[in-house]
Amino acid sequence: MKKTTQTEPVVYPGDRISPAGSASLARPGKSLGQRITDNWQLYALLLIPVVLTVIYKYIPMYGIQIAFRDFKASRGYLGSEWVGWYWFQRFFSSPTCWRMIRNTVLISLYSLLWSFPIPIILSLIINQLRFHKFKRVVQTVLYAPHFISVMVICGMIRIFLSPSGGLLNLILGTQIDFLTQSSAFRTIYIASGIWQDAGWGCIIYLATLANVDPGLYEAAKIDGASVFQRIKNIDIPELLPMAILNLIMAAGGLMNVGFEKVWLLQTDLNRATSDVIAVYVYQQGIESAKYSYSTAVGLFNTAVNIVLLLIVNKVASKASDVEFV
Amino acid sequence: MAKKKDLSTGMSERTSDVILVAICAVVLVIVAYPLYYVLVASFSDPYEVYAGKTFLLPSGFTLDGYKAVFAEKNIVSGFLNSVKYTVIGTIFSVVMLYITAYPLAQKDLPGRKALSIFFLITMYFGGGLVPTYLVVKSTGLVGSMWSLFLPGGVAVGNMIIVRNYFQNSIPHDLIEASEIDGCSKLRTFFSVVIPLSMPIMAVMVVFSMVAYWNDWFTALIYLGGKGTPLPLVMRNILIKSSASASQAATISGGYAELNKLTELLKFCSMIVAAVPMLVIYPFVQKHFEKGFMAGAVKG
Repeated sequence: MKKTTQTEPVVYPGDRISPAGSASLARPGKSLGQRITDNWQLYALLLIPVVLTVIYKYIPMYGIQIAFRDFKASRGYLGSEWVGWYWFQRFFSSPTCWRMIRNTVLISLYSLLWSFPIPIILSLIINQLRFHKFKRVVQTVLYAPHFISVMVICGMIRIFLSPSGGLLNLILGTQIDFLTQSSAFRTIYIASGIWQDAGWGCIIYLATLANVDPGLYEAAKIDGASVFQRIKNIDIPELLPMAILNLIMAAGGLMNVGFEKVWLLQTDLNRATSDVIAVYVYQQGIESAKYSYSTAVGLFNTAVNIVLLLIVNKVASKASDVEFV
Repeated sequence: MAKKKDLSTGMSERTSDVILVAICAVVLVIVAYPLYYVLVASFSDPYEVYAGKTFLLPSGFTLDGYKAVFAEKNIVSGFLNSVKYTVIGTIFSVVMLYITAYPLAQKDLPGRKALSIFFLITMYFGGGLVPTYLVVKSTGLVGSMWSLFLPGGVAVGNMIIVRNYFQNSIPHDLIEASEIDGCSKLRTFFSVVIPLSMPIMAVMVVFSMVAYWNDWFTALIYLGGKGTPLPLVMRNILIKSSASASQAATISGGYAELNKLTELLKFCSMIVAAVPMLVIYPFVQKHFEKGFMAGAVKG
């Protein structure tokens, strides 16, 4: 990585030889207890983050056990009756269970198939732009939708897809109510997702490509390599590790279909494809206050995610040197 | 960044330039046009918009929509609530990021590894919706503004970016020099590390602002209808298409007029909700890549 110039203007007595016995030099000789007391200020800084994390992240993990109990708030976690796999069985025997699992998996899988490669292709193209002003404009505009609330995005989707005067219907010259068509739901969900986040997804790849040694391009040019050959032989190999890393992360979140967009775009008529686990967990847990049942369904979702993450991590780390988890 | 000098720019180079620029131009239009359309529509007569008369310029120019937005009590109070949550939430989040990342960036801190794992686990595994809700409820936060901030705790992904920035982009000599000069760890943090970390702080401030400004799910679950933020107010306008009573009372032109205003309000409220963040992010855009890179390098 290139060092920026931010270090130079700072003036400090850098030439001074450190006096013997200065704190950092004496470190190896100190006992563990001494080192802990030396750092008490740092532990003090960590106090609030640790406490909040314990309360709001770890205690809920402990609370997952209500998935196996008939939770009654008055009896507490441990006082509620143990019911084993009862809630899971109930979920798997509910009429819409398989539809929800299927929808969740299909939406995520298709999302991944489309939204994983597009940022890579985009950044390969943007990286080769030689007009720097234009390049910056492209980047700025492409990042914009990422900063807009899902609520606004869904409002736009609803307006654009409206059967009476929606932009898409105006362009196509039709009067289709897309949001009542279950066959259109996945496409709407995925296309709007790409519109919103593909540009933002480029950042990490563009940052990686910015570190490519310019000499490499020059040498390739002198050898007569075209832009497309340079992309193929220099850029793509450079991006590969980062791409695999992203793929692993995405696979681990495969069952994490965002609640927000589905909930806002769902209509009674598109439920056949828009019913997903996340919305069900919300409806059962928060709206109907079926705490144990909702937790069980959510836990099932998380469990599938973890298994997927482990599998993909295993496969991908065999295929390359990258191991992240 | 890589300054590419034009060596022999042959014909094929020029052809490929044209192709690349053309692709980017198409992408640019696809991304920008929907936003532009909403902007134009917010100044237009909604009936003309839905009749397909508005594509590039407003038709039936009107400011009624924006007047209605600022006259609508729910939107104004939602806007103010969102501003409040964004300001407090951003300060809270950035402080949390910094006080977590700084100790974890010290390679000689006893227990550093265990503490890092302690935070990292929460990135991959959580209690889920209901168990978290129950804890938030039992700590008395439901209905309080703090339910939007405290349960989020530390944004671990961002914390790692900040930590790696501390490790990789702040010269170690400076930290050592200040310690030799007798600065405590805390003093070094305030007078050396924080001033040198402004680029990453700017990025984190923007990320937090965007997150709080756009958030409505947390508010939906925990606030119980009190102090509703702007996006949640907009849900009634955008998704449910309901006109409020206060509007109906002020409109004299009857149902058609009210209907028109409801549609106009959709466009205008979307602009009001989207513009603040769209104005802010270009200022820190140049730091995004650097910040991400510092975060991606394993420390």
